[in-house]
Amino acid sequence: MATMDKSQLHDCRDAFAATLEALAEQNENIVTVVNDSIGSSKLNGFRKKWPERLINVGIAEQTLVGSGAGLANAGLVPFVCAASCFLTGRALEQIKADIAYSNANVKMCGMSSGVAYGELGPTHHSIEDLAWTRPLAGLDIFVPADDIETAAVIRYVAQSDHPCFVRLSRMGVPTVLPKDYEFVPGRAVPLREGNDITLIGCGVTVCRVLDAAERLASDGIQARVINFSSISPLDRDTIVKCARETGHLLTVEEHSVRGGMGSAIAEVVVSEAPCKMSLLGFPEFAPTGSAEWLLDNTGMSVDGIVASAKTLLG
Amino acid sequence: MSITVLAPDELARKCRDMRTTIIKTIGDANMGHIGGDLSVIDILGTLYFNVLNVNPAEPTAPNRDRFILSKGHCAVALYTTMAHAGYFPVAELATFIQPKSRLNGHPCNEKLPGVETSTGPLGHGLPVGVGAAIGAKIQKKAWQVFVVVGDGEIQEGSNWEAAMTAAHKELDNLTLIVDRNRLQQGDRTHDVTSLDPLAERFTAFGWEALEVDGHDYGALIEALKGPRAGKPRCIVANTLKGKGVSFIEDRVEWHHKVPSPEQVKEALNELERGA
Repeated sequence: MATMDKSQLHDCRDAFAATLEALAEQNENIVTVVNDSIGSSKLNGFRKKWPERLINVGIAEQTLVGSGAGLANAGLVPFVCAASCFLTGRALEQIKADIAYSNANVKMCGMSSGVAYGELGPTHHSIEDLAWTRPLAGLDIFVPADDIETAAVIRYVAQSDHPCFVRLSRMGVPTVLPKDYEFVPGRAVPLREGNDITLIGCGVTVCRVLDAAERLASDGIQARVINFSSISPLDRDTIVKCARETGHLLTVEEHSVRGGMGSAIAEVVVSEAPCKMSLLGFPEFAPTGSAEWLLDNTGMSVDGIVASAKTLLG
Repeated sequence: MSITVLAPDELARKCRDMRTTIIKTIGDANMGHIGGDLSVIDILGTLYFNVLNVNPAEPTAPNRDRFILSKGHCAVALYTTMAHAGYFPVAELATFIQPKSRLNGHPCNEKLPGVETSTGPLGHGLPVGVGAAIGAKIQKKAWQVFVVVGDGEIQEGSNWEAAMTAAHKELDNLTLIVDRNRLQQGDRTHDVTSLDPLAERFTAFGWEALEVDGHDYGALIEALKGPRAGKPRCIVANTLKGKGVSFIEDRVEWHHKVPSPEQVKEALNELERGA
């Protein structure tokens, strides 16, 4: 169950960096690869400790991802870190051919994903990255919700032999998971019980979804809340169970409504457990503004989520 | 040391045999990139039978040299070389592009042990090779990385990204061989996007660059094994697309045209006569 502490907001990149450094201390095969994105990936500490294990290929994303595959071929465990918009968009064919199809054990970490770079505009927004990577067979895709889950995901991927894409934000989020939380790929994480509707979030929307559930409860609506951090592999059983038990699904994501978490869930719902469903996300290129403002302005404020849930319930 | 070391005259015989295998395989499959297969085969033969420290019986041995065929459309040349080197039986080449064959139209590392990375889209091999070479340096390993690209492929910008990185990192364990056959799918490279002066371009990027006759085994061996100058090495191997079969040689239309059964016979006769 959730243990949301709103007194402190976390930039999940801090948990990423601290966890990675602790793991790198134990495993000398862990290296990092960047496209000059050292500070924005919070890797200054890593560089200070292991300068020879931080490989900066320059502003060259195709080489960033391709050389990650080569480093894995050489027996290392590369964490390839770059702003998510450039990592996925610029090097998509390398991700497909060199990483996924070649099954190269590369850990791609997409920094400042979604609308974290809200003010910088749609060129720097990364609200298409899940749609681009989701069809790539064999590629694990994880979107941690808070600092605890970020650390747990990084620990998992460091010991896994699968290629992966981890989507991280820089937007402050409260801790929503307990300290002893253990990440299991392919397992959706229930955060609140309820049988009237299921609210499903991932990443930075999870805390908003939890608040919305609380608001709905005060109106007599019991909303189930699911943290859907594992986009691939997908927890089909939980989707079917929630669809059957609550009859209404509302997905909320910091991503395009086309091709992201909601779409992945809808694919299961349509074929296995049709129910009433609605998807919240970005319907088009987002305007410019802070990440908070963009989410609020696109129906993903707590009020907006509550309103969408009530509309869905009819 | 490679597991097999053939001298230039033995290499000539081996590559003649491999040309025969390429013609037969493409004729039987009714598909393949015959022009590039025949231009690159002497380079591949020299690598596998004189240069690479690889063991077909242990294709993923950690300290093997890494070879990447970036021009993955010339898969038949790679499969032929690997089969002749003992990675799998030559007879298996009959399964090329058949349903569920592991000998895809483009090489896949997950299906065929000994292939280092799946290639096909152009401009992928050198960045992967750069990563592998950096990986060897970090681990203080002596094994080397060799990448073969087509000359038309050099038009992909990713090569130049990787070239800059390789020079900056002083990757003297990385060798790039350009199969400079001067033709690409649609036209002569010179008429599409000129690459000259190619060796000088690599020199300007901080590489050691040299030009050789890509069908001269002795020259290839010397270029591939020569002492290093603390830089990545680019070998511009001047070749003839379709080399060995007169009616295919240096003709744009033979990029991926398939010879008729009569033409297969004619090509095989010509190769035999030239032996």
